[in-house]
Amino acid sequence: MISTPLHIEEKQTALRNDAEPIIEVTHLQKAFGSNEVLKDFNLKVFPAENVVVMGKSGIGKTVLIKCIIGLIKPDAGTLRVFGEDILVMKQKELDDLRMRIGFVFQSSALYDSMTIRENLEFPLRRKHHITVKINIEEKVREVLRNVGLEHTIDLMPSELSGGMRKRIGIARSLVLDPEIVLYDEPTTGLDPITSGEITDLILDVQKKYNTASIIITHDVELAKRVSSHIVFLSDGIAYAEGKYEDIIKIEDPIVKPFFVR
Amino acid sequence: MTTGNSHKDTLISKGIDDFFLESSELARFTVRIFREAFRPPYEFKEVLRQCYKLSTSSLPLVSITGFILGLVLVMQSRPTLVEFGAGSYLPAMSAISIIREMGPFVTALICAGKIASGITAELGSMKVTEQIDAMEVSGTNPFKYLVATRIIATTLMVPVLTVYADVISLLGAFIGSNTKDTINLGFFFTRVFESLHFTDILPAFIKTFFFGFAIGLVGCTKGYYSKKGTEGVGQATNVSVVVAMLSVIVIDMIVTQISGLLGYL
Ligand SMILES: Nc1ncnc2c1ncn2[C@@H]1O[C@H](COP(=O)(O)OP(=O)(O)OP(=O)(O)O)[C@@H](O)[C@H]1O
Ligand SMILES: [Mg+2]
Repeated sequence: MISTPLHIEEKQTALRNDAEPIIEVTHLQKAFGSNEVLKDFNLKVFPAENVVVMGKSGIGKTVLIKCIIGLIKPDAGTLRVFGEDILVMKQKELDDLRMRIGFVFQSSALYDSMTIRENLEFPLRRKHHITVKINIEEKVREVLRNVGLEHTIDLMPSELSGGMRKRIGIARSLVLDPEIVLYDEPTTGLDPITSGEITDLILDVQKKYNTASIIITHDVELAKRVSSHIVFLSDGIAYAEGKYEDIIKIEDPIVKPFFVR
Repeated sequence: MTTGNSHKDTLISKGIDDFFLESSELARFTVRIFREAFRPPYEFKEVLRQCYKLSTSSLPLVSITGFILGLVLVMQSRPTLVEFGAGSYLPAMSAISIIREMGPFVTALICAGKIASGITAELGSMKVTEQIDAMEVSGTNPFKYLVATRIIATTLMVPVLTVYADVISLLGAFIGSNTKDTINLGFFFTRVFESLHFTDILPAFIKTFFFGFAIGLVGCTKGYYSKKGTEGVGQATNVSVVVAMLSVIVIDMIVTQISGLLGYL
């Protein structure tokens, strides 16, 4: 039983279609056993765009972005990133592609046997370990300053609070100057002030490096401030999509509850 | 009656299934390790770090066990040897049993308990907290960086630890001999080296590499494929120790059979 997507904004979609998408997901399917998580999911992300993905818990948002970075192999469909089909890529090509993408894990996923400094150095050392000699220390301090946590540089992840870990997770994904950033619930579980700061950070990053991002969130404030486009994931499909102003007007039992408070 | 029987049948067939599943999982893992480990970029630094970590963490345990092993062995066998008027064979006898069997076997069992469980717990919790995924998205092949390096490290370090345990154990044997009669160190070791042949040392040394490989392999497989949740990690760690110890015992038996066939016994 697949519900029909609500196409609310035809002319706007036409407008977005002008450029070449930087991420293009078509007819994506993924099931875990009998649990069909994604059924026929389509998504386009254009350069310098912030696409917000919303949807109920357990609906498959994390599965979606893990497919995009190649951590989960979909059952069917195509996935093009920077115009290249990632499903047919060799390991080496996939690794090179991944270095151009920042991924912020829902659980932060900091390396708990390493200090914050080593956590941030890890991607840098992996990328540059033979080729370029860049100033690693300087870069690490710069991204830490961006998230306002320069003083934690020599601490272990276990010594940080949940919110701080989240910010370090964001810092780590930005350390390679990615062209795409995928954020998995960057503000969930944080107080409004910290959430606001992270929202500022996401906007800053987008402006400074002109990145495209997918942001998974339930945070209406975040969605309102950063989204150029919102996609509502439900029942394995892009159930509704459009600009924030249009999405909030939808009178639909699945979409509406996210925006009334 | 019949239900009881069929229940037993299913239990047995399940056991057999599990065994083959386990073996095929280990075999697939082994193939992948050989494929990955010999392809650049090589993770020399990480291998060295793992070697250092593994050896320092098990050194105290190996030292104490090795020492006591030698000491007790001599104290236990001495009365019997003396009874047969063969007291002077004590150094030779202890050397042969330590170098051929006790040293490698006990060291491998200790490493199975200490190293395999450590690796499983570490990789398992990294898996559960998505740290392995995080490595993968920063363009690092976790199989190479985490798994291959650890297996190389155990394969190299278990033999080193065994040699060390052998030496400590012989020292223990020397001190054990000295509790009843006075015998000087030079004389003791002269007798030890006189009694040892190349054919005693070589098979015993070669099998330690297999022990090391098995311990690393089991530790990594169990950790890498551990189920979600902290309970899954605990369970995996438990199974890892059991399987690692069993592998050591089976390898020991096979190597002994083969060296017997080759005339090394
Ligand atoms: N590795 C996996 N194996 C089996 N099932 C999985 C796996 N990963 C996710 N699922 C299932 O896929 C569904 C979607 O999970 P997902 O993590 O994408 O949810 P989500 O939308 O991110 O939810 P939340 O907002 O709570 O994070 C869930 O039903 C989950 O049980
Ligand atoms: Mg999620």
